[in-house]
Order: sequence, then C-alpha cells, then structure tokens
Amino acid sequence: MSTQQGSRFFFNVDWITILIYVALCTIGFVNIYASIYNPDTSSLFNFGSNYGKQLIYIITGLILGFSILLLDAKFFSVFSPIVYGITMLLLMAVLVVGRNVGGNQAWISLGGGFRLQPSELAKFGTALLVARYVGNFNPKFRDIKSIFIVALIIIFPLFLIMLQPDTGSGLVFLAFMFPLYREGLSGYFLLIFLGMIVLFIADFLVPLYILIPIILAVGGFFIYQNKRKQKIMISIVMATIIAIAYLFVVKLAYEKVLEPHQRIRIEIMLGLKSDPKGAGYNVIQSKIAIGSGQLTGRGFLEGTQTKYGYVPEQSTDFIFSTIGEEWGFIGCTVVISLYIFMLLRIINLAERQRSAFSRVYGYCVASIIFFHVFINIGMTIGIIPVIGIPLPFISYGGSSLWSFTVLLFIFLKLDSNRMGFI
Amino acid sequence: MDNLFNRKYIIQGLFIVVALILIGQLFYIQVASDRYFLSANSNVLRKKYTFPARGVILDRNNKVMVQNEPVYDLMVTPNLVKPFDTLELCRIIGIDMKGFHKRFNKARSQSLYQRSVFEKQLSVQTYAALQERLSRFIGFETQNRTVRHYPDSVAGQFFGYVKEVSEKDIDESDGYYRPGDYIGKSGIEREYNDVLRGERGVENTIYNARNVPQGSYLEGKRDTLAVSGETLVSSLDIEMQKLGEELLKNKVGSIVAIEPATGEVLAFVSSPTYDPNLMVGRQQGNNYMDIFRSPNRPFTVRPVSGYYSPGSAFKPVDDLIALQEGVIDPNTTFNCPGGYWAGNHLVRCEHVDGPISMRRGLARSCNTYACYVFQKLMTQSKFKSKTAAYDSWAAKVRKFGLGSKLDLDMPFERKGRLFTSEEYTKRFGKYWGYTTVISLAIGQGEMSATPLQMANIMAIIANRGYYIKPHLIKGIGEKKEVKKEYLIKNYVGIDLPHFEPVIDGMQDAVNAPYGTARESAIPNILFCGKTGTVQNPHGKNHSVFIGFAPRDNPKIAIAVIVENAGFGGSYAAPIASYLTEKYLTGKLSGNRIERAEWMKKQVILPEIPKPKAKFVPKPTDSTGKILTVPVPAANTVTSKPAATKPVTVKPATIKPPIQTTR
Repeated sequence: MSTQQGSRFFFNVDWITILIYVALCTIGFVNIYASIYNPDTSSLFNFGSNYGKQLIYIITGLILGFSILLLDAKFFSVFSPIVYGITMLLLMAVLVVGRNVGGNQAWISLGGGFRLQPSELAKFGTALLVARYVGNFNPKFRDIKSIFIVALIIIFPLFLIMLQPDTGSGLVFLAFMFPLYREGLSGYFLLIFLGMIVLFIADFLVPLYILIPIILAVGGFFIYQNKRKQKIMISIVMATIIAIAYLFVVKLAYEKVLEPHQRIRIEIMLGLKSDPKGAGYNVIQSKIAIGSGQLTGRGFLEGTQTKYGYVPEQSTDFIFSTIGEEWGFIGCTVVISLYIFMLLRIINLAERQRSAFSRVYGYCVASIIFFHVFINIGMTIGIIPVIGIPLPFISYGGSSLWSFTVLLFIFLKLDSNRMGFI
Repeated sequence: MDNLFNRKYIIQGLFIVVALILIGQLFYIQVASDRYFLSANSNVLRKKYTFPARGVILDRNNKVMVQNEPVYDLMVTPNLVKPFDTLELCRIIGIDMKGFHKRFNKARSQSLYQRSVFEKQLSVQTYAALQERLSRFIGFETQNRTVRHYPDSVAGQFFGYVKEVSEKDIDESDGYYRPGDYIGKSGIEREYNDVLRGERGVENTIYNARNVPQGSYLEGKRDTLAVSGETLVSSLDIEMQKLGEELLKNKVGSIVAIEPATGEVLAFVSSPTYDPNLMVGRQQGNNYMDIFRSPNRPFTVRPVSGYYSPGSAFKPVDDLIALQEGVIDPNTTFNCPGGYWAGNHLVRCEHVDGPISMRRGLARSCNTYACYVFQKLMTQSKFKSKTAAYDSWAAKVRKFGLGSKLDLDMPFERKGRLFTSEEYTKRFGKYWGYTTVISLAIGQGEMSATPLQMANIMAIIANRGYYIKPHLIKGIGEKKEVKKEYLIKNYVGIDLPHFEPVIDGMQDAVNAPYGTARESAIPNILFCGKTGTVQNPHGKNHSVFIGFAPRDNPKIAIAVIVENAGFGGSYAAPIASYLTEKYLTGKLSGNRIERAEWMKKQVILPEIPKPKAKFVPKPTDSTGKILTVPVPAANTVTSKPAATKPVTVKPATIKPPIQTTR
C-alpha cells in the first residue's frame, strides 16, 4: 500500500473539496480586487497592491497545499507534539518580540514585509495534538482525567492568545468542543456552554429581579420532576446555584476584565447602545453595504459603498460586505452554501477514516472553519459583536490563507491515505 | 460507537441551522428591507440644487409687472467650518452672536455633512460685502436665489405672494418640493404656480467616506439645469389698475373691469390694498402679520370674495328677462305713485313719476317699475305654482352668472347667493309669494353677487347676450397660449333685439338730465350704466355702479363698489367713469382731472362699531318685517314702528361730491 502511495501522490485525494477551496480563494481574490479598486488607477496585475499580493498568497498557498500532499501521512501524527510545541513557543515569543498591530501583540515580523501570526498556526498545532491524544488513548471523556488533559491542550494556547490580547482568535478554540463531543464528551457540556451564552446575553437584557426567579422556577420544576432521585436533585440544586452565581460573575467580569471597546461592541450587538459615528460605525456601514446589494447586487466594481471606502477593513475582516453589496443576496447565499457544502463534506470524509486520529483532525478542521465563518459573517450583518477574525480563504492576508490551507490540506492528505494505518 | 456516530448528524445539523440563520438575516437586510439601500445612497450622494427664477408676469401692454431680483442664501456645511472671526460674519449679515449660535446649531442638528441654510435672502449689497471676505469663512458659501419685485407696487391681491414651502406643502407634493423651495400661496402666484415655478436644477455628486467629492453620479445623466418659469401675460392694464387703486384709496371697495369681447379682466382692484413688495424678503413674516392685523382685511380679495347685493344694478337683468318672456314690451308703462305696495309694505321710490316706461324707469332707477316687472314675471299664467314661477325666473338669472362661480383664474372665488324656492319654503313655510320676495326685484334680499359677477353682467349686456369666462391671464409662455375655455361664448338666453331698449335706459341713466348718474357722463363717449344703492344691514349703504362703454362696439365693462359710500351715483359711478375714460382715451378730459383728484382724497371708512349702537343691525330680508332705515345723507339712523316700516332702497337726497345742477 505504501508503494502505491509513493508513486501516485494524488491518488484518492478528494478533488471536490479542493475545487471548493479554489472557488473560495477565487471569490476572495475578486472581492479583494473590488474592495481596493479605485476607478482612477486600476491595472489588474499590480503586485504591489493588496490584490496582487493576495494572488501571490493564493499561488504559494496552492504550492504549499500540494507539497503537504507529498508528505508521508504518518508524519503529522508522529510530529504532532513537536508542531504543537513549536506553535506554543511562537505564541510565547510573540508576547516578547511581537509587533503591536491595532492593539494586539499578535505578529512576528519575518523581514521583507512578511510577518507571521502564530495564533493562526496554533489552530492546526492544537488540532493535531488533540487528534493524536484521542487517536492514541481513545479516552471517550467519561473520566475527569481525560477531560482535564484535553482541556489543558486546548486552554494553554487559548490562554497565551488571550494575553496578546486577541479575543477573536481565542474564541475560535471553543470550536474544539465539537470534535470532543463527537468522540464521546457528554452532550451536557455543549448544553452548559449554550446555557452560559444564553445567560450571558439575558444578563444584559433582563433585570436580575426577573431573571433570578425564572432560574429558580426552572430549577424547582426539575427538582419536582426528579423528586425520587436524590442524586440528580443535588446536581440540579448545584446547577441552579451556579447559574445564579454565574450571573453575578458575568456582571463583574464584564466590568473588570473586558476592555472598554469590547464592552461597547457587545452592547452595540445587543442593541443596548447605538453609536453610528464611533464603535458602531463598522457594523452600520457594513450592514448598509450588504443591505444595499439587495437581491442581485450592484454588480462587480459597481458597489458605491465599497468603491468609496465607507466600510473600514473591507478587504480583511469585512470582506463579506463587498460580496453582499456587489453580488447581493444571491451571491451571499452561494458563498455560504459553498462553505456549508465544504464543511459537510469534510465531516463525511472524516467519518470514513479508519484511524481515530484522522477523524478527530477532520472534525477539528470543520469546526474551526465553521467558527470563523459564523463569527465573521455574523459580525458583518450585526448578529454577533465585532470580533476581528478573518473569513477563511476569502479575507485578505497571507498568514490566514496559508494557515487555513495547511489546516485543510493536512486533512486531505490524511484522507487520501484513509486506507493506511497511522 | 454507533451511538457516537449519530452525533455526526447533530453537528452537521447545527452547521446547517447556523447557515440558515445567517441567510435569514441576509434576506431581511438585503431583500425584505430597503432601508439599507436608501442609507447607502444617502451615504454617497450629495445633491446640489439650483433654483429657477419664477416666471415674469406682464400686463396687457407687455409692461413688466413682476420681475425677479437676485438674493443670496448663505449656506453652511458644519463639518467643514474652521475657526474664523465670527463677529465679522455677524456684523456683515447683521445678526448677533446669539443669533449666530442659534443658526449654527440648527444647521448642525440638520446634518453635519450636508449644507443647509444659515441665513436667507441676503441682499445684493450684503452679498457684495460678504463676497470679499467669504474665503475666510471656510465651510460657508452662497447660493443664488431670486425673489419677486413689483416695480409699480400695485395689485397686491391680484399677485398674491410667494413663500417658502410648509411641511404640509412638502407632504402633499409627492416628493416634488423640498425644504427651501418657494411656492405661490395666493393670487396668481398660487393659481399659476405650476407654470410660474420652473424646474429646479440638480447636480448629483458622489462623495467618498472622507467626504471628498468623487465626481458626478452616473456621468451626470441624472443632473439637470434649472429651468425658469414661464412668462405670463396678464390681461390687466397696469395704468388703469394704478388709477383704480388711487381712486379707491382710503375707501373700502372693489373695481372689476372686463373687456367684453374677450372676457379679459382689465382692472382688478380690492381696497384696502397693500404693497406686494412687503410680502417679499426677510421681513415677509412680520409684514404679513401687520397687514393681517390692519383694519378692513387687506388680504381679502373683494372682487371674487366680497358679497354685495347688486341693488338697482340688477334691474337691467330683470328687464331683459321680462322682455324675453314677453310679459312686457319696451313701451309698457306702469304708474309710479312714489312706491309699490307689496302686500302690506311699501317699496319706496325716490320720486313720483306717474306713468313710467322701461327707458325712464332704468334711467331714474324706478323701484315701482322694477317691482311691477317682477310681479308680471312671477304671475305668468303658464306656471302652475309660485315655486315653478320662481324657479324658472331664478334659472334665467343664474344664466347671467349669479349664484355660481365664474371660474376666474384666481383662488378662493365665491359663488354669490341666489335662493332656490326650496330655501324660501324652508325659511318662510309654505305660504310665500312674489310679494314676500319682492326685494329681489330691486336686487336686494337673498341675492348677493361678487363684484366680478356684476362686471360680468355688464359684459353680457355690452355683448348683447353672451359672455366669455372672465380671466386674468391671457397668455401663457413663449407662445402666449390662451386656454380653450376662454374662447367659448356663453349665451344667456336673451334674444338680441331685447338688449337695445334696456341699453337705451342705461344710456339715459348716465347721459340724460334726469339720469341717476348724470355727473358721470364722459364727453364724446356714450357711457351706459346703472347705479345701485345697496342696503347694508351693518352700516351705511354701499355705492354701486355697473356700466360699459362705448355703447356701440363696447371696449370695457365695469363694476365699482364703494362700501358705505351711500348713493350709487355719488362715488361708484364717477370712479367708473374716470377709469373708463382713462382706458378708452388714455386721459381724463376737462375738469374731470381735478374731480378725480378730489375723489382720490376722499376718506370713507366704515365706523368702528361702538359698544352700544343706536340700533341693533338685523338682517334685512324680503319680508320687510324687520327693517331699519339708514339715511346716509343725514348720517343718522332712525327707527320707526316695525309694522309700517317702508323699504328704503334709495335715499331721497344725497350730497354728491361735485355739486352740479340736478
């Protein structure tokens, strides 16, 4: 089997996923071009400009991706602790030697105008190690010990990223919930997580004197349901107490821990504040741009909001507003459908793996991409607070594009080798 | 493992649900709501308007009656303003610092990025002073506007006035008007607003996020230039209008003159009047209130909204109808013993003439004759009932334009008043007859006409049987288009031969030694007319005269009403004769110049009502049961027992302004 692989590198590679990948990269390039397009000075191949650079990133990304397909599939499993270790070292290094861009100390300058964002690398570093741990020990997460170990693997980089501080990239690490859930982590963790988010939002919108009685009533209802089962009753009581305590902790953390700009973003998203000229400017302009696209969009290079620079950071985090304005509801639906198709495909591919390592890694890839897409698009249309993370494969930027490419192509390599043993 | 494998679907399902949430929100902001689309346009588009000049209005001899004067609005774009010497700006445009902050904050609250008006309608002089220093006031600029200017300061009610649009105007215009536009609010400016206003020009410029202009929108395809309003040619003769206003100075009343052949209104005087230039410029609001509050309501357009009983001036109409009906012929005589007994009350005459025919009856304004004619009309055997007789008569009167609008091209025209038989039945019950409504015979009672309608009756008689709708604008635009309705002859249903006997009587009224208006004869011109002395329940009688000239091929028909001036021959008739002569010959002859000057100096204003009057004004109606007898000559009011009160239509004596042999 290994001889077969050696002679035919691209045998069994899932070309459908690669096709979607290329499509998304192309959409990215076209829209970055439109975002930067200036009616006065326009030439398609200007490598000094951002769309020129993005073209280079796409080409080098493809080269990088196909190089990964040339590697031995065993490499990733074997070297995953080392990759993880290196990325953690980089995350620590960036806190010392990093360049401060936009309030976050997230970049390491590599000279020649290129710079590296270790938090991007940490995503697949962590994904590899999580996959390795699950693949090796098959823990099922029924015991505290395995949960503790896997949590450590995930929370360590998260903690380092939060120190930068880069909340957006940090939040993405919550995506690892999904692969762990698939591997046996209790569904309660997801529910608790969901409950935390609901309570967090409710904490801002509903006064405590209404919220606390509601929680007590719900708790009381469950106690009544399980009045014969003492053990469950205790955990319900505990849960109720924790829920109420959580409300106060959130309030406190909100005041003490979050930066003022983060607080404002949350308040704007929840509709508690409107600040069209200040912190809310990005979201409002982004919504205007997307909304003005209507059903079919204004057409390529015809978006007035895009052309005349009304949306800040439009080629990076807010690239989706260009798509919305120039390609309309139809264009947006096509892009979202491409993502969903890719994600469902990756999960289907993951499920056909013989090795747990490949399967877990596949889930990690899908979940990380999903988180990015959801948070990024959600933020541009105003249903999620402004969190600065890129739209995978589409947003301008080498670090982001390459890291997603590596993330994806490692999985494609593992998948092409699905019949082999790792 | 099977159990865990199923979790794949939960995760995939979650992905799909989240994708649907995103698509749902996208559907809402992109397809369901156009709010964001509109916001996007207001982000990038700035419209700069240029305002058109309103159309010029000329008189019938192409003399300019209204022209436009340049003024300058000072505009400000608040976010562009840099610190500057505010005191200097305040000094130039004549405001204080408080006013400056008020205006600036107002502009800022409207929009930081769009320019808005800082101070309106700066004069050319202020503009010149400002222009020198404007470069120091960054963020300020001027915008050309034009306002009306009336070189002759006459015909205020005719022109009406122009004002900035109100919120209501904007709402009702379906998006045509924008704040700052002007609109005609009354008079010709209102009636012909759509023609006069022209088209606003617009320049669409795209701005980028840093508020830097990025060129024109769609290569200027949506841009337009301002188009001036159309020129209107009025039918007024400005010289005559001027003379008319002078003659009615310090009097309350109205003059309408019509060219019978065309229906063109030659003079349209409403007194008291005001200088239309007061209704222009920065003081418009204050001046408006001053004029509004001044006595005798100068804003009332009396020619179309003043209600006056025509009085004896109605007699020719009744005689024409009687001739047409065949109830009399020109030689029919009635005996005038100095009054006519209608039932138990007397309609008095000012004279005792014995047998009197139509010609003399009109010349001397014999009430008895008129009452007999009315009696004949109402008691024709062909009618089965009194109401049928009355309705037939009223329908014929209505043909002369009484009781309905003449559709003059002027807003707020009123239709006058003429009762139907139902209305009389409602008022008097079942039992009423011609004696009950005998006042109608002498143009009193339930009959009111506007001065315009009276002038139009004269035009009908001058034309011998038809009229053309009176109008104030005879040509619109370059081609001087005439509305089609102003070419149609409206016949009143009286045959041609019946006019000459009536006109004979009207000729004698002015030219015979026994005529009621003999002081008003015009040398070398046959001026025909009819005086009226209209009972006024609120005070002294109104002086009315209607006439036309010359007798053959008439060029002018005129109606003059001077309120509270008494006998028709004393004020209204001379005023009509001066205007007629002036129009026909261009001058006044002989001592008539001095007499006209004397007339101009007369002051006849209604008395300010005293708290306790000697008599309580009561409505005079046809029954004559409640009547007061004003005696204008003595200027006192006497009251007599109600039962025997006679109707005094015309006072016995009056001191005419120029005493001539009578």
